[in-house]
Amino acid sequence: MKTFPRGGVHPPENKKASGFSIEVLPLPKSVCIHLSQHLGAPAEPLVAKGDTVKAGQLIAKSTGFVSANIHSPVSGTVQKIEPAPDSSGYKRPAIFIEVQGDEWLETIDRSPNLIKSPDLTSEEIIARVGQMGIVGLGGATFPSHVKITVPKGKKAEILIINGVECEPYLTSDHRLMLEKGEEILVGTQLLMKALRVNQAVIGIERNKPDAISHLTRLCARYPGIRVEALKVKYPQGGEKQLIKAITGREVPSGRLPIDVGAVVYNVGTAFAVYEAITKNKPLFERIVTVTGKSMERTANYLVRIGTPVTELIEATGGMPEDTGKVINGGPMMGKALPLLDVPVTKGTSGIVLMPVAESNRRTTMNCIRCSRCNSVCAMGLEPYFLMSLGEAKRWDDMEQERVMDCMECGSCSYTCPSGRPLLDYIRLGKNSVNRIIRSRSK
Amino acid sequence: MSATNLLTVSYSPHQFGSESVQKIMYRVLIAMVPAFTVSLIFFGLGALVVTGIAVVSCMAFEYLINRFMFKAGSTLWDGSAAVTGVLLAFNVPSNLPVWMIIIGSLVAIGIAKMSFGGLGKNPFNPALVGRVFLLISFPVQMTSWPKAIESRLAYLDATTGATPLAILKEGIKNGQPLSDLMKEVPGYAQMFLGNMGGSLGEISALALIIGGLYLIFKKVITWHIPGSILATVVLFTGILWMIDPGKYADPLFHLLAGGIMLGAIFMATDMVTSPMTPVGQIIFGAGIGLITCLIRIFGSYPEGVSFAILIMNAFVPLIDKYAKPKRFGEELKNG
Repeated sequence: MKTFPRGGVHPPENKKASGFSIEVLPLPKSVCIHLSQHLGAPAEPLVAKGDTVKAGQLIAKSTGFVSANIHSPVSGTVQKIEPAPDSSGYKRPAIFIEVQGDEWLETIDRSPNLIKSPDLTSEEIIARVGQMGIVGLGGATFPSHVKITVPKGKKAEILIINGVECEPYLTSDHRLMLEKGEEILVGTQLLMKALRVNQAVIGIERNKPDAISHLTRLCARYPGIRVEALKVKYPQGGEKQLIKAITGREVPSGRLPIDVGAVVYNVGTAFAVYEAITKNKPLFERIVTVTGKSMERTANYLVRIGTPVTELIEATGGMPEDTGKVINGGPMMGKALPLLDVPVTKGTSGIVLMPVAESNRRTTMNCIRCSRCNSVCAMGLEPYFLMSLGEAKRWDDMEQERVMDCMECGSCSYTCPSGRPLLDYIRLGKNSVNRIIRSRSK
Repeated sequence: MSATNLLTVSYSPHQFGSESVQKIMYRVLIAMVPAFTVSLIFFGLGALVVTGIAVVSCMAFEYLINRFMFKAGSTLWDGSAAVTGVLLAFNVPSNLPVWMIIIGSLVAIGIAKMSFGGLGKNPFNPALVGRVFLLISFPVQMTSWPKAIESRLAYLDATTGATPLAILKEGIKNGQPLSDLMKEVPGYAQMFLGNMGGSLGEISALALIIGGLYLIFKKVITWHIPGSILATVVLFTGILWMIDPGKYADPLFHLLAGGIMLGAIFMATDMVTSPMTPVGQIIFGAGIGLITCLIRIFGSYPEGVSFAILIMNAFVPLIDKYAKPKRFGEELKNG
């Protein structure tokens, strides 16, 4: 059984919601759509106050290569365009739409019929992925058309579909693989065609045996695509770790997966690509897991982008008495929400409600040099050393020690017996080193 | 929704493993139970008194220094002072007077640990600093070894004898042939069980190995440090033994005699004072093994484990600087 060789931790899985089928969440009264819900430049609004829009209509246009189109998730009237808090708590420009009915663009095929791979060229697929506002749905929200465009002089050899879902609690990808398996495979075929590769591997950890057997069975009819069952270990869903686990190749420091001939997409992204190409449907809804230790009911919802988080929690039976923290994403890499009326964005994979007892940091003690942070770091870094460099503000040394390789998986802070905030100082270092690198290139 | 709920906002990760400093220290204490039991069997009363005094005085000094000098919260219950106490006791003879044990504890906790800032900050192993301080200050009392079993009911008035290593060192200096000397030391099976003279916790290789396996199983230590120390000792003494078996003792003798097992399993593996990476730990262990053999065979002391560990402790920052973990993506490996 394959896995990445170095580092990793085994946090309790707590995947309570894995047995619950995807439910369609009722439409909210109004939605709030941020212009920056992808990595890169914010989109530019194309609508004004008072305009009526249909679901699927382009309402904000990509402003560069690394940027993404945004489409209206609902039909209704544009109420206002003004800054509103996003999941970080800061106000960022957003379009507010009052929901009226549920009218979709006529070009979108709303039937549930499966459409097998249509006859499109590589260029047509790439263009359509860009038009439809697709971004990486695993959480990084990197615009998908960027990764699909192989730079000159480089060659993609293998497409990897990420069905690892190594974050505890989250089950949205798991449900999608069970319920939309065939669609994911068609999406994968389309991506293979766009990248001009003839092999694709779907990586799934073996704690999801039903998804592994389901997709393996379906793969028989899709030449070139196979499923690779992986040993359970966090952070296997990390792009570099997954490539290493499946192909044995190591993406060099500071380089991209394409440098070793690999391109990685989340299963959710493959599904979005299927819908965009065969159904003409832009990315305006996604699967979101709502779960928590003290929640009586947990669920996986199909949610329109822009729906307030409070509506998701309400629909799942409200916030339990003992809630101390609400996380946008999983407990290892997600962001704690400072307020709850923020909207779901393209990157929201789950909402996790943590009980008060588990919401606080632990007391920090001296480092006892146990080396556990070293041994769990999947990038081969020395978190204890980076933290002491960070405390001393030695940014140049941090750069030397490869702080920029850190993907912030949190394994070091998770494992530290002294409860030290290792990742906090590493982040501080990354920010400062980033600033230094930018000023250098000026 | 209750609007009164105050939500915590902090950076990820939002969940933590169950490991803690206390758990690690308590596991070390548990791992020392077999060796302590053996010391009670062979040295009886003396072992009990010495260990009790060492633990109580180490904890007392840690508490007093925290309270009156650092004016900080107590770190007593992290268990590290108790570990230092037991290890100090393990490294001294079971007939050591109470006041010397107290002085040793003060040096271990006060000078070697707290003066550097407490747990995690000390460059040298506190228990060993305490032991070496006592050895140099009170060489007579620190090298009078109660005889196993015979002196079970005695403390200060125990009948004493020499350790196997001391028998060899003295004998060879006086020009006695090795084969005669080997008749004076206990059989290897007896040495393995711990039926010989020595510091109270170092005698039984069997009990120490059981403790070591428990620590490895509980992931408190890894095999690298003990493995490389023992392998180096076997290699070094093995070569000399093969060159001249009439002059040099065999490797098995060197593994069973003296404090090498205690040192390799419990002293050198102290996280605070050992290197961070497996490669660094192997370099560290090999250095300890080598220095120990050099002192035992060519030095004037019969035993050299404590000195070897303290010397290598000083090299830890240097080893850490050069023995880095292999970074992900360091080499362009395709395939």
